[in-house]
Amino acid sequence: MDRIPRWADLALVPLVSLGLAALISALVILAIGQDPMEALNVMVTGAVGSAYGWGYTLYYTTSFIFTGLAVTIAFHAGLFNIGGEGQAQLGGLGVALACLFLPWPHWSLALIGASVAAAVFGAAWAAIPAYLQAKRGSHIVITTIMFNYIAASLMVFMLVDVLRPEGQMDPATANFPEATHLPTLNQIPGFNLIFTKDVPANVTFLIALAAAWVVWAILWRTRLGYQIRAFGKPGAAAHYAGINGFRITMIAMLLSGGLAGMMAINNVMGEAERLLQNSASGAGFIGIAVALMGRNHPVGVVLAAVLFGFLFQGGAELGLWTKIPIELRTVVQGLVILFTGALDYMVRMMLARVFALFRAPAEAKGAA
Amino acid sequence: MDYATLLQLLDSTLRLGTPLLLACLAGLYSERAGIFDIGLEGKMLMAAMSAGAVAAMTGSVWLGLLAAIAGSMIFAILHGVASITFRGNQLISGVALNFLASGITVLIAQALFGQGGRTPPLTGDGRFNPIVLPFAEALKDVPVLGPLYFEVISGHSILVYAALAFVPMTWWLLYRTRFGLRLRAVGENPASVDTAGVSVKGLRFAAVMITGVLCGVAGAYMATALQAGFGREMTAGRGYIALAALIFAKWRPWQALGATMLFGFFQALALRPDVVEAVVGRKVPVSMLDALPYVLTVLVLAGFVGKAIPPRAGGDPYVKER
Repeated sequence: MDRIPRWADLALVPLVSLGLAALISALVILAIGQDPMEALNVMVTGAVGSAYGWGYTLYYTTSFIFTGLAVTIAFHAGLFNIGGEGQAQLGGLGVALACLFLPWPHWSLALIGASVAAAVFGAAWAAIPAYLQAKRGSHIVITTIMFNYIAASLMVFMLVDVLRPEGQMDPATANFPEATHLPTLNQIPGFNLIFTKDVPANVTFLIALAAAWVVWAILWRTRLGYQIRAFGKPGAAAHYAGINGFRITMIAMLLSGGLAGMMAINNVMGEAERLLQNSASGAGFIGIAVALMGRNHPVGVVLAAVLFGFLFQGGAELGLWTKIPIELRTVVQGLVILFTGALDYMVRMMLARVFALFRAPAEAKGAA
Repeated sequence: MDYATLLQLLDSTLRLGTPLLLACLAGLYSERAGIFDIGLEGKMLMAAMSAGAVAAMTGSVWLGLLAAIAGSMIFAILHGVASITFRGNQLISGVALNFLASGITVLIAQALFGQGGRTPPLTGDGRFNPIVLPFAEALKDVPVLGPLYFEVISGHSILVYAALAFVPMTWWLLYRTRFGLRLRAVGENPASVDTAGVSVKGLRFAAVMITGVLCGVAGAYMATALQAGFGREMTAGRGYIALAALIFAKWRPWQALGATMLFGFFQALALRPDVVEAVVGRKVPVSMLDALPYVLTVLVLAGFVGKAIPPRAGGDPYVKER
């Protein structure tokens, strides 16, 4: 196959994939008898047309950065962690326990404590599939899927039978105490100049950006990161270089699960302020699309997370203002994963053809 | 627990185990040919919506079944194109198609019927109705076996019996025909099949198409027999349970029957917490029963209940020449 330039591989392949996904989505909208341009208009106005819209978009973005980073770090170790959803739910359990049962004097301390709890619970949920993969060769994709379902059942059990306050009907914990409420962007000096209305995006957004930097630093600036990336490459080179596969699998999955779990400080602690059923609401799965779209690089993950934040908030607006069901965003999500993840070879081949077209006349001239 | 309750449970087991069995056999073909398919769920969902929609529009359940197979086949072909033709990651393709199905089924159902993503309730010929097997009424009063025959074995829709018949058929096809031998070979060592002059891609596509057909039947059963119409996300993870059963069965047809009926039994139990309470002697949360199939599968995967070894070439795209 012809090679394509590096810049095209990094930027053009995801953009073309996104374009194809958008094109097919537009056809789907046409097919159900609606107007794609109107849909785009509603999405743009609702999600990025005002500071208020951005407040929602960035709230979703925050969750997706965490889950996208979680998938990314596992991908670099050659592991496909589909368990982000379950790990994020367990992270929520960690947050709820920390917020409900420890007396916090101030939100900043509560944030640190809840972050640790979220990461530990998320990592613990990833630890068993990781161990089974590393020691017993159980396929991590299947075990993490199973753990998503086990997590869902566990959460039902915890919320219905254990944590639900007496006399409450809906399966949820009590509201978290006042001292654990995180400041939203409209309450933070500086940000409050832009965000004047109450928005769900909160201080966790800054933590997500910091997490992206930390993941970049770990992967490309430490010995551990080098080992993770070497282990993720096909072939036995990492093994002969003395890299301990068990150790790397465990560490990569613990980091991955921890990141997915930390998503809970955004949605559970920052927004709902109590633990509800199905708290992760699909963000764990969106992490897969975000990581693929972001080419498994933290910068790409942040950009892709903004894109999916836009899609999520815009999709909600579609459900409110048009006849297009909110499920359109699930369709787009599937298409993005399909084109960036499973059909990237096809996209690359298409691009290689196009580049060969431009190159051929130049080479002919050089030969003459 | 008395005999009548046991019979009720077993009846539910067969009813709930059937979609799992169909999806599990579907996955068996694909995975035995070396194509991982975690998109069983999506194909079933697509099939359920197609069956529900067409049966509601035409009033014929058989047209609904055909539509279900067609809907499921579209997704099977997409999976084949992505993972065989373009050598994409089979797992990612499956994940993508599951999301696509989850969204598009609601979009289509909403556009067609405008009932919040459901299809209209089916009645009469729009459904696969229960069939009373011969002599069921007459033998009803025979002690022990009579009620078993009448309550459990008789009185299901034709798709249940078809699913049961697919088990020996699959066994025969896989282990007693040339096609089956090649299909298994292409999942273990595709190069050997290629050397013998048989098309690896062709065989794998054939396997993926069979998967599509069986998932179509499974989805049609969901929408036209188990329930009366399609509802959003109605498969509720059954595709994944079938996948779990496939691993539990170690990719073999008879064991697939056992595994899916076991998991069907768990689902039947989860519907009757009162029975579980009476047997165990204390209250068992339904959520724990829901989690049982998944926990068991993890134990199998971990090698604590026999070792599950997948087809060796599973997940690897085949490249003819390097």
